[in-house]
Amino acid sequence: MAIEVEGLGFRYGGREALTDIGFRLGQGTFTALLGPNGAGKSTLFALLTRLYALQDGEIRLLGQSIRRHSASVMQHLGVVFQQSTLDLDLTVMQNLEYHGSLHGLSRREIRQRARTELERLQMAERLHERVRNLNGGHRRRVEIARALLHRPAILLLDEATVGLDTRTRADLNAYVRGLCRDLGLCALWATHLIEEIAPEDRVLLLHRGRLRADASALELCRRADCDSLAEAFERLTATPEQAA
Amino acid sequence: MKQPPPIDPRAYWHSLRGILEREFYRFLQQRSRFLSALVRPLLWLVVFAAGFRAALGVAIIPPYQTYITYETYIAPGLCCMILLFNGMQSSLSMVYDREMGSMRVLLMSPLPRTWLLICKLLAIALISLIQVYGFLALAWLLVGFEPPLAGLLTVLPALLLTALMLGAIGLLLSSRIRQLENFAGVMNFVIFPMFFISSALYPLWKMREASEWLYWACLLNPFSHAVELVRHALYLELNLQALAITAGTTAVFTMLAVMGFSPERTARRKT
Repeated sequence: MAIEVEGLGFRYGGREALTDIGFRLGQGTFTALLGPNGAGKSTLFALLTRLYALQDGEIRLLGQSIRRHSASVMQHLGVVFQQSTLDLDLTVMQNLEYHGSLHGLSRREIRQRARTELERLQMAERLHERVRNLNGGHRRRVEIARALLHRPAILLLDEATVGLDTRTRADLNAYVRGLCRDLGLCALWATHLIEEIAPEDRVLLLHRGRLRADASALELCRRADCDSLAEAFERLTATPEQAA
Repeated sequence: MKQPPPIDPRAYWHSLRGILEREFYRFLQQRSRFLSALVRPLLWLVVFAAGFRAALGVAIIPPYQTYITYETYIAPGLCCMILLFNGMQSSLSMVYDREMGSMRVLLMSPLPRTWLLICKLLAIALISLIQVYGFLALAWLLVGFEPPLAGLLTVLPALLLTALMLGAIGLLLSSRIRQLENFAGVMNFVIFPMFFISSALYPLWKMREASEWLYWACLLNPFSHAVELVRHALYLELNLQALAITAGTTAVFTMLAVMGFSPERTARRKT
Protein backbone atom coordinates (compact mmCIF):
# COMPACT_ATOMS: atom_id res chain seq x y z
CA MET A 1 0.00 0.00 0.00
CA ALA A 2 1.23 3.50 -0.81
CA ILE A 3 -0.78 5.33 1.87
CA GLU A 4 -2.43 3.81 4.93
CA VAL A 5 -4.35 6.03 7.31
CA GLU A 6 -5.91 4.53 10.45
CA GLY A 7 -8.06 6.18 13.11
CA LEU A 8 -6.66 9.62 12.35
CA GLY A 9 -7.89 12.40 14.60
CA PHE A 10 -6.72 15.98 15.03
CA ARG A 11 -7.74 18.92 17.19
CA TYR A 12 -6.79 22.59 17.07
CA GLY A 13 -6.97 23.30 20.79
CA GLY A 14 -10.48 22.16 21.69
CA ARG A 15 -11.81 22.25 18.13
CA GLU A 16 -12.10 18.90 16.41
CA ALA A 17 -10.71 19.14 12.85
CA LEU A 18 -10.51 15.46 11.89
CA THR A 19 -12.21 12.48 13.50
CA ASP A 20 -11.43 8.81 12.97
CA ILE A 21 -10.26 9.03 9.36
CA GLY A 22 -9.17 5.78 7.75
CA PHE A 23 -8.35 4.73 4.18
CA ARG A 24 -5.77 2.82 2.14
CA LEU A 25 -4.49 3.84 -1.29
CA GLY A 26 -2.53 1.54 -3.57
CA GLN A 27 0.28 2.31 -5.97
CA GLY A 28 -0.66 3.44 -9.47
CA THR A 29 -4.02 4.81 -8.33
CA PHE A 30 -5.71 8.18 -8.71
CA THR A 31 -7.99 9.15 -5.83
CA ALA A 32 -9.99 12.32 -5.40
CA LEU A 33 -10.28 13.85 -1.95
CA LEU A 34 -13.49 15.80 -2.19
CA GLY A 35 -14.85 18.15 0.41
CA PRO A 36 -16.25 21.64 0.84
CA ASN A 37 -14.06 24.40 2.27
CA GLY A 38 -13.29 23.73 5.92
CA ALA A 39 -13.91 19.98 5.58
CA GLY A 40 -10.43 19.17 6.88
CA LYS A 41 -8.60 18.50 3.59
CA SER A 42 -5.71 20.85 4.32
CA THR A 43 -5.35 19.49 7.87
CA LEU A 44 -5.19 15.97 6.46
CA PHE A 45 -2.49 17.13 4.03
CA ALA A 46 -0.56 18.86 6.82
CA LEU A 47 -0.56 15.57 8.73
CA LEU A 48 0.43 13.50 5.69
CA THR A 49 3.28 15.91 4.99
CA ARG A 50 4.45 16.03 8.63
CA LEU A 51 3.85 19.77 8.89
CA TYR A 52 1.70 18.92 11.91
CA ALA A 53 2.52 16.23 14.42
CA LEU A 54 0.15 13.26 14.69
CA GLN A 55 -2.20 13.33 17.66
CA ASP A 56 -4.44 10.28 17.26
CA GLY A 57 -4.11 7.44 14.79
CA GLU A 58 -1.41 6.35 12.42
CA ILE A 59 -0.19 7.15 8.92
CA ARG A 60 2.06 4.79 6.95
CA LEU A 61 3.69 5.68 3.64
CA LEU A 62 4.88 2.61 1.71
CA GLY A 63 4.50 0.66 4.94
CA GLN A 64 6.70 3.05 6.96
CA SER A 65 5.22 4.78 9.96
CA ILE A 66 5.28 8.57 9.77
CA ARG A 67 5.33 8.63 13.57
CA ARG A 68 8.48 6.51 13.83
CA HIS A 69 10.41 7.72 10.80
CA SER A 70 9.02 11.21 10.68
CA ALA A 71 11.63 12.88 8.44
CA SER A 72 12.96 10.08 6.30
CA VAL A 73 9.55 8.93 4.99
CA MET A 74 9.26 12.31 3.31
CA GLN A 75 11.49 11.03 0.52
CA HIS A 76 8.47 9.04 -0.77
CA LEU A 77 6.27 12.10 -0.97
CA GLY A 78 5.86 14.81 -3.61
CA VAL A 79 3.46 17.62 -2.80
CA VAL A 80 1.79 20.44 -4.69
CA PHE A 81 0.23 22.81 -2.20
CA GLN A 82 -2.84 24.94 -2.76
CA GLN A 83 -0.81 28.09 -2.26
CA SER A 84 2.18 28.41 -4.56
CA THR A 85 5.43 27.77 -2.72
CA LEU A 86 7.79 28.82 -5.50
CA ASP A 87 10.27 31.60 -4.95
CA LEU A 88 9.13 34.21 -7.46
CA ASP A 89 12.47 36.00 -7.65
CA LEU A 90 14.41 32.89 -8.58
CA THR A 91 14.44 31.15 -11.95
CA VAL A 92 12.65 27.86 -12.60
CA MET A 93 15.99 26.05 -12.44
CA GLN A 94 17.03 27.75 -9.19
CA ASN A 95 13.73 26.75 -7.60
CA LEU A 96 14.22 23.15 -8.72
CA GLU A 97 17.83 23.15 -7.55
CA TYR A 98 16.76 24.33 -4.10
CA HIS A 99 14.11 21.64 -3.78
CA GLY A 100 16.39 18.91 -5.14
CA SER A 101 19.19 19.83 -2.76
CA LEU A 102 16.79 19.60 0.19
CA HIS A 103 16.12 16.05 -0.93
CA GLY A 104 19.84 15.33 -1.03
CA LEU A 105 20.28 15.33 -4.80
CA SER A 106 23.55 16.44 -6.38
CA ARG A 107 23.60 19.38 -8.78
CA ARG A 108 24.15 16.99 -11.71
CA GLU A 109 21.21 14.77 -10.78
CA ILE A 110 18.98 17.80 -10.33
CA ARG A 111 19.86 19.25 -13.74
CA GLN A 112 19.25 15.94 -15.53
CA ARG A 113 15.97 15.28 -13.77
CA ALA A 114 14.76 18.89 -14.08
CA ARG A 115 15.18 18.72 -17.84
CA THR A 116 13.30 15.39 -18.02
CA GLU A 117 10.41 16.57 -15.86
CA LEU A 118 10.08 19.92 -17.59
CA GLU A 119 10.24 18.34 -21.03
CA ARG A 120 7.36 16.08 -20.06
CA LEU A 121 5.41 19.17 -19.07
CA GLN A 122 6.52 21.08 -22.18
CA MET A 123 8.31 23.64 -20.07
CA ALA A 124 11.95 22.89 -20.88
CA GLU A 125 12.46 26.16 -22.74
CA ARG A 126 11.42 28.15 -19.62
CA LEU A 127 14.16 26.66 -17.45
CA HIS A 128 16.06 29.89 -16.94
CA GLU A 129 13.10 32.20 -16.75
CA ARG A 130 12.21 33.88 -13.51
CA VAL A 131 9.08 32.37 -11.94
CA ARG A 132 7.58 35.85 -11.54
CA ASN A 133 7.33 36.06 -15.34
CA LEU A 134 5.34 32.81 -15.68
CA ASN A 135 1.55 32.65 -15.75
CA GLY A 136 -0.46 30.68 -13.18
CA GLY A 137 -0.70 27.52 -15.29
CA HIS A 138 3.02 27.44 -15.98
CA ARG A 139 3.83 28.00 -12.32
CA ARG A 140 1.67 25.01 -11.45
CA ARG A 141 3.54 22.90 -14.00
CA VAL A 142 6.82 23.94 -12.40
CA GLU A 143 5.41 22.92 -9.02
CA ILE A 144 4.43 19.52 -10.37
CA ALA A 145 7.90 19.09 -11.91
CA ARG A 146 9.41 20.08 -8.57
CA ALA A 147 7.22 17.64 -6.66
CA LEU A 148 8.40 14.81 -8.94
CA LEU A 149 12.08 15.77 -8.99
CA HIS A 150 13.12 13.40 -6.20
CA ARG A 151 11.07 10.57 -7.80
CA PRO A 152 8.49 10.07 -5.06
CA ALA A 153 6.07 7.13 -5.08
CA ILE A 154 3.22 9.30 -3.82
CA LEU A 155 1.98 12.63 -5.14
CA LEU A 156 -0.33 14.82 -3.06
CA LEU A 157 -2.08 17.72 -4.74
CA ASP A 158 -3.98 20.11 -2.52
CA GLU A 159 -6.45 22.07 -4.66
CA ALA A 160 -3.65 22.37 -7.20
CA THR A 161 -5.84 23.80 -9.95
CA VAL A 162 -7.46 26.63 -8.01
CA GLY A 163 -7.42 29.87 -10.00
CA LEU A 164 -6.56 28.21 -13.32
CA ASP A 165 -8.67 28.30 -16.47
CA THR A 166 -10.74 25.25 -17.48
CA ARG A 167 -8.35 24.11 -20.21
CA THR A 168 -5.25 24.25 -17.99
CA ARG A 169 -7.12 22.48 -15.20
CA ALA A 170 -8.12 19.67 -17.53
CA ASP A 171 -4.55 19.38 -18.90
CA LEU A 172 -2.99 19.11 -15.44
CA ASN A 173 -5.61 16.64 -14.32
CA ALA A 174 -4.95 14.45 -17.39
CA TYR A 175 -1.19 14.74 -16.83
CA VAL A 176 -1.40 13.48 -13.26
CA ARG A 177 -3.66 10.60 -14.31
CA GLY A 178 -1.03 9.72 -16.91
CA LEU A 179 1.67 9.64 -14.22
CA CYS A 180 -0.39 7.19 -12.18
CA ARG A 181 -0.91 4.98 -15.21
CA ASP A 182 2.61 5.15 -16.66
CA LEU A 183 4.83 5.51 -13.60
CA GLY A 184 2.74 3.71 -11.01
CA LEU A 185 2.44 6.85 -8.92
CA CYS A 186 -0.20 7.03 -6.19
CA ALA A 187 -1.94 10.41 -6.50
CA LEU A 188 -4.27 11.96 -3.94
CA TRP A 189 -5.99 14.91 -5.60
CA ALA A 190 -7.80 17.19 -3.15
CA THR A 191 -10.44 19.32 -4.76
CA HIS A 192 -13.83 20.90 -4.35
CA LEU A 193 -14.37 21.03 -8.12
CA ILE A 194 -16.66 18.20 -9.16
CA GLU A 195 -15.73 18.42 -12.86
CA GLU A 196 -12.22 17.22 -12.05
CA ILE A 197 -13.55 13.82 -11.00
CA ALA A 198 -14.25 11.07 -13.52
CA PRO A 199 -17.17 8.63 -12.91
CA GLU A 200 -14.85 5.68 -12.24
CA ASP A 201 -12.54 7.61 -9.87
CA ARG A 202 -12.35 6.57 -6.27
CA VAL A 203 -13.62 9.44 -4.12
CA LEU A 204 -12.91 10.10 -0.46
CA LEU A 205 -15.62 12.50 0.64
CA LEU A 206 -14.60 14.55 3.64
CA HIS A 207 -17.13 16.66 5.48
CA ARG A 208 -16.78 18.43 8.82
CA GLY A 209 -13.66 16.44 9.63
CA ARG A 210 -15.23 13.05 8.98
CA LEU A 211 -14.93 10.66 6.06
CA ARG A 212 -18.51 10.58 4.83
CA ALA A 213 -17.91 8.22 1.93
CA ASP A 214 -15.18 6.15 0.29
CA ALA A 215 -16.43 4.85 -3.05
CA SER A 216 -16.31 5.44 -6.78
CA ALA A 217 -18.05 8.55 -8.09
CA LEU A 218 -20.68 6.35 -9.74
CA GLU A 219 -21.32 4.48 -6.51
CA LEU A 220 -21.70 7.78 -4.63
CA CYS A 221 -24.36 8.87 -7.11
CA ARG A 222 -26.12 5.57 -6.70
CA ARG A 223 -26.03 5.74 -2.89
CA ALA A 224 -27.32 9.30 -2.85
CA ASP A 225 -29.88 8.41 -5.52
CA CYS A 226 -28.70 11.25 -7.74
CA ASP A 227 -27.94 11.63 -11.44
CA SER A 228 -24.77 13.64 -11.02
CA LEU A 229 -21.86 13.75 -8.59
CA ALA A 230 -22.61 17.43 -7.99
CA GLU A 231 -26.05 16.53 -6.68
CA ALA A 232 -24.70 13.63 -4.64
CA PHE A 233 -22.09 15.93 -3.15
CA GLU A 234 -24.75 18.48 -2.20
CA ARG A 235 -26.86 15.80 -0.61
CA LEU A 236 -24.07 14.10 1.30
CA THR A 237 -22.65 17.34 2.66
CA ALA A 238 -25.96 19.02 3.48
CA THR A 239 -26.45 20.31 7.02
CA PRO A 240 -29.45 18.81 8.87
CA GLU A 241 -31.35 22.06 8.28
CA GLN A 242 -30.60 21.94 4.55
CA ALA A 243 -31.58 18.28 4.41
CA ALA A 244 -34.89 19.07 6.06
CA MET B 1 6.92 -2.55 9.80
CA LYS B 2 9.33 -1.44 7.05
CA GLN B 3 12.33 0.76 7.70
CA PRO B 4 12.89 3.66 5.28
CA PRO B 5 16.16 3.52 3.32
CA PRO B 6 18.96 5.33 5.18
CA ILE B 7 19.79 8.86 4.07
CA ASP B 8 23.02 9.15 2.10
CA PRO B 9 25.49 11.25 4.15
CA ARG B 10 26.20 13.29 0.99
CA ALA B 11 22.60 14.51 1.19
CA TYR B 12 23.61 16.70 4.15
CA TRP B 13 26.22 18.45 2.07
CA HIS B 14 23.86 18.88 -0.91
CA SER B 15 21.20 20.42 1.31
CA LEU B 16 23.70 22.83 2.86
CA ARG B 17 24.89 23.85 -0.60
CA GLY B 18 21.31 24.32 -1.80
CA ILE B 19 20.30 26.49 1.15
CA LEU B 20 23.47 28.62 0.88
CA GLU B 21 22.96 29.08 -2.84
CA ARG B 22 19.34 30.09 -2.44
CA GLU B 23 20.20 32.72 0.17
CA PHE B 24 22.97 34.00 -2.09
CA TYR B 25 20.67 34.23 -5.14
CA ARG B 26 18.14 36.10 -3.02
CA PHE B 27 20.84 38.40 -1.74
CA LEU B 28 21.86 39.20 -5.34
CA GLN B 29 18.23 39.95 -6.15
CA GLN B 30 17.93 42.38 -3.25
CA ARG B 31 20.70 44.89 -3.95
CA SER B 32 18.83 47.63 -2.12
CA ARG B 33 19.01 45.50 1.02
CA PHE B 34 22.80 45.40 0.70
CA LEU B 35 22.98 49.16 0.20
CA SER B 36 20.74 49.94 3.16
CA ALA B 37 22.76 47.55 5.31
CA LEU B 38 25.84 49.65 4.50
CA VAL B 39 24.26 53.11 4.63
CA ARG B 40 22.93 52.67 8.16
CA PRO B 41 26.27 52.04 9.94
CA LEU B 42 28.08 54.48 7.65
CA LEU B 43 25.75 57.26 8.77
CA TRP B 44 26.61 56.42 12.36
CA LEU B 45 30.29 56.30 11.57
CA VAL B 46 30.53 59.46 9.50
CA VAL B 47 27.80 61.72 10.89
CA PHE B 48 27.02 60.57 14.41
CA ALA B 49 30.61 59.84 15.39
CA ALA B 50 31.82 63.20 14.03
CA GLY B 51 29.41 64.98 16.34
CA PHE B 52 30.21 62.88 19.38
CA ARG B 53 33.98 62.75 18.92
CA ALA B 54 34.45 66.09 20.64
CA ALA B 55 31.95 65.41 23.42
CA LEU B 56 33.09 61.92 24.35
CA GLY B 57 36.61 61.11 25.38
CA VAL B 58 37.59 57.45 25.24
CA ALA B 59 40.16 56.28 27.75
CA ILE B 60 42.66 53.53 27.00
CA ILE B 61 40.77 50.29 27.45
CA PRO B 62 41.57 46.80 26.23
CA PRO B 63 42.13 45.80 23.49
CA TYR B 64 43.42 49.25 22.54
CA GLN B 65 47.05 50.11 23.43
CA THR B 66 46.66 53.84 23.04
CA TYR B 67 44.11 56.63 22.80
CA ILE B 68 41.76 56.04 19.89
CA THR B 69 39.24 58.12 17.97
CA TYR B 70 35.57 57.65 18.65
CA GLU B 71 35.16 56.28 15.10
CA THR B 72 37.68 53.56 15.91
CA TYR B 73 35.78 52.73 19.09
CA ILE B 74 32.37 52.34 17.48
CA ALA B 75 33.46 50.53 14.28
CA PRO B 76 33.28 47.00 15.85
CA GLY B 77 29.86 47.85 17.32
CA LEU B 78 28.69 48.97 13.91
CA CYS B 79 29.90 45.69 12.39
CA CYS B 80 27.67 43.96 14.95
CA MET B 81 24.87 46.37 14.12
CA ILE B 82 24.97 45.08 10.54
CA LEU B 83 24.77 41.51 11.85
CA LEU B 84 21.91 42.47 14.16
CA PHE B 85 19.82 44.11 11.45
CA ASN B 86 20.60 41.39 8.96
CA GLY B 87 19.76 38.61 11.40
CA MET B 88 16.41 40.21 12.18
CA GLN B 89 15.69 41.04 8.55
CA SER B 90 16.33 37.45 7.51
CA SER B 91 13.92 36.33 10.19
CA LEU B 92 11.39 38.73 8.80
CA SER B 93 11.83 37.00 5.45
CA MET B 94 11.23 33.68 7.21
CA VAL B 95 7.94 34.97 8.60
CA TYR B 96 7.12 36.06 5.05
CA ASP B 97 8.17 32.64 3.70
CA ARG B 98 5.92 31.00 6.26
CA GLU B 99 2.95 33.22 5.38
CA MET B 100 3.54 32.65 1.66
CA GLY B 101 3.94 28.91 2.20
CA SER B 102 7.49 28.54 0.85
CA MET B 103 8.73 27.53 4.29
CA ARG B 104 6.94 24.21 3.68
CA VAL B 105 9.49 23.32 1.02
CA LEU B 106 12.20 23.46 3.65
CA LEU B 107 10.23 21.70 6.37
CA MET B 108 9.20 18.83 4.09
CA SER B 109 12.73 17.72 3.39
CA PRO B 110 13.56 14.16 4.51
CA LEU B 111 16.58 15.55 6.37
CA PRO B 112 16.34 16.38 10.08
CA ARG B 113 14.72 19.73 10.75
CA THR B 114 17.49 20.71 13.17
CA TRP B 115 20.06 20.30 10.42
CA LEU B 116 18.00 22.33 7.95
CA LEU B 117 17.52 25.20 10.38
CA ILE B 118 21.23 25.22 11.21
CA CYS B 119 21.98 25.39 7.47
CA LYS B 120 19.55 28.26 7.20
CA LEU B 121 21.26 30.06 10.09
CA LEU B 122 24.64 29.52 8.51
CA ALA B 123 23.41 30.91 5.20
CA ILE B 124 22.01 34.01 6.90
CA ALA B 125 25.31 34.45 8.77
CA LEU B 126 27.49 34.14 5.67
CA ILE B 127 25.44 36.73 3.78
CA SER B 128 25.84 39.08 6.76
CA LEU B 129 29.61 38.62 6.68
CA ILE B 130 29.80 39.87 3.08
CA GLN B 131 28.09 43.04 4.25
CA VAL B 132 30.40 43.49 7.24
CA TYR B 133 33.52 43.23 5.11
CA GLY B 134 31.96 45.70 2.66
CA PHE B 135 31.44 48.08 5.60
CA LEU B 136 35.01 47.62 6.86
CA ALA B 137 36.37 48.53 3.42
CA LEU B 138 34.24 51.67 3.30
CA ALA B 139 35.16 52.59 6.90
CA TRP B 140 38.83 52.39 5.92
CA LEU B 141 38.22 54.61 2.89
CA LEU B 142 35.98 57.17 4.58
CA VAL B 143 37.35 57.60 8.11
CA GLY B 144 40.68 55.78 7.89
CA PHE B 145 39.63 52.95 10.22
CA GLU B 146 42.67 50.64 10.10
CA PRO B 147 42.73 47.63 12.38
CA PRO B 148 45.75 45.31 11.97
CA LEU B 149 45.51 43.47 8.65
CA ALA B 150 45.66 40.09 10.40
CA GLY B 151 42.73 41.30 12.51
CA LEU B 152 40.54 41.11 9.43
CA LEU B 153 41.14 37.36 9.46
CA THR B 154 40.99 36.76 13.22
CA VAL B 155 37.70 38.65 13.44
CA LEU B 156 36.05 36.26 10.97
CA PRO B 157 35.14 33.50 13.48
CA ALA B 158 33.99 36.12 15.98
CA LEU B 159 31.73 37.72 13.36
CA LEU B 160 30.43 34.31 12.31
CA LEU B 161 29.56 33.34 15.87
CA THR B 162 27.87 36.70 16.47
CA ALA B 163 25.92 36.37 13.23
CA LEU B 164 24.80 32.88 14.27
CA MET B 165 23.73 34.14 17.68
CA LEU B 166 21.70 37.00 16.23
CA GLY B 167 20.30 34.79 13.47
CA ALA B 168 19.18 32.26 16.12
CA ILE B 169 17.45 34.99 18.13
CA GLY B 170 15.73 36.15 14.94
CA LEU B 171 14.76 32.60 14.04
CA LEU B 172 13.25 32.09 17.47
CA LEU B 173 11.27 35.30 17.10
CA SER B 174 10.06 34.27 13.66
CA SER B 175 8.88 30.93 15.03
CA ARG B 176 6.77 32.70 17.66
CA ILE B 177 5.26 35.39 15.49
CA ARG B 178 1.98 34.58 13.85
CA GLN B 179 1.67 37.46 11.41
CA LEU B 180 4.07 39.56 9.42
CA GLU B 181 2.55 42.78 10.81
CA ASN B 182 3.54 41.84 14.36
CA PHE B 183 7.17 41.61 13.42
CA ALA B 184 7.75 45.36 13.12
CA GLY B 185 6.74 45.87 16.74
CA VAL B 186 9.00 43.12 17.96
CA MET B 187 11.88 44.57 15.95
CA ASN B 188 11.51 47.82 17.89
CA PHE B 189 11.53 45.97 21.17
CA VAL B 190 14.52 43.84 20.23
CA ILE B 191 16.86 45.68 17.85
CA PHE B 192 16.94 49.10 19.46
CA PRO B 193 17.24 48.02 23.11
CA MET B 194 19.81 45.40 22.15
CA PHE B 195 21.94 47.89 20.27
CA PHE B 196 21.66 50.91 22.56
CA ILE B 197 21.91 49.04 25.85
CA SER B 198 25.29 47.62 24.93
CA SER B 199 28.93 48.57 24.64
CA ALA B 200 28.56 49.24 20.92
CA LEU B 201 28.43 53.03 21.22
CA TYR B 202 29.94 53.72 24.65
CA PRO B 203 32.40 51.80 26.81
CA LEU B 204 30.88 50.11 29.83
CA TRP B 205 32.77 52.30 32.33
CA LYS B 206 31.17 55.32 30.69
CA MET B 207 27.76 53.70 31.08
CA ARG B 208 28.51 53.07 34.73
CA GLU B 209 29.35 56.72 35.25
CA ALA B 210 25.95 57.62 33.83
CA SER B 211 23.89 54.98 35.61
CA GLU B 212 24.59 51.86 37.61
CA TRP B 213 21.47 50.01 36.41
CA LEU B 214 22.26 50.83 32.78
CA TYR B 215 25.69 49.33 33.27
CA TRP B 216 24.19 46.10 34.62
CA ALA B 217 21.63 46.01 31.82
CA CYS B 218 24.50 46.29 29.33
CA LEU B 219 26.34 43.47 31.06
CA LEU B 220 23.28 41.23 30.88
CA ASN B 221 22.83 41.94 27.18
CA PRO B 222 24.54 39.19 25.13
CA PHE B 223 25.00 41.70 22.31
CA SER B 224 27.53 43.62 24.51
CA HIS B 225 29.62 40.48 24.81
CA ALA B 226 29.40 39.80 21.08
CA VAL B 227 30.61 43.35 20.41
CA GLU B 228 33.53 42.87 22.79
CA LEU B 229 34.37 39.53 21.19
CA VAL B 230 34.50 41.19 17.78
CA ARG B 231 36.41 44.23 19.11
CA HIS B 232 39.11 42.07 20.71
CA ALA B 233 39.35 39.69 17.72
CA LEU B 234 39.82 42.66 15.40
CA TYR B 235 42.91 43.56 17.45
CA LEU B 236 44.22 39.98 17.57
CA GLU B 237 43.02 39.30 21.12
CA LEU B 238 40.70 36.63 22.45
CA ASN B 239 38.17 37.71 25.08
CA LEU B 240 37.34 34.35 26.65
CA GLN B 241 34.45 35.59 28.75
CA ALA B 242 32.81 37.20 25.72
CA LEU B 243 33.41 34.05 23.69
CA ALA B 244 31.81 31.81 26.33
CA ILE B 245 28.74 34.04 26.70
CA THR B 246 28.26 34.49 22.95
CA ALA B 247 28.69 30.77 22.24
CA GLY B 248 26.37 29.81 25.12
CA THR B 249 23.69 32.27 23.98
CA THR B 250 23.98 30.94 20.42
CA ALA B 251 23.49 27.36 21.60
CA VAL B 252 20.48 28.19 23.79
CA PHE B 253 18.69 30.30 21.17
CA THR B 254 19.39 27.80 18.37
CA MET B 255 17.87 25.04 20.50
CA LEU B 256 14.80 27.16 21.30
CA ALA B 257 14.41 28.15 17.63
CA VAL B 258 14.55 24.51 16.50
CA MET B 259 11.90 23.64 19.09
CA GLY B 260 9.82 26.54 17.77
CA PHE B 261 9.71 24.93 14.32
CA SER B 262 8.61 21.50 15.55
CA PRO B 263 5.39 20.11 13.98
CA GLU B 264 3.67 20.34 17.38
CA ARG B 265 4.23 24.09 17.55
CA THR B 266 3.38 24.61 13.87
CA ALA B 267 -0.09 23.19 14.49
CA ARG B 268 -0.52 25.06 17.77
CA ARG B 269 0.07 28.36 15.94
CA LYS B 270 -3.13 27.71 13.98
CA THR B 271 -5.31 27.43 17.07
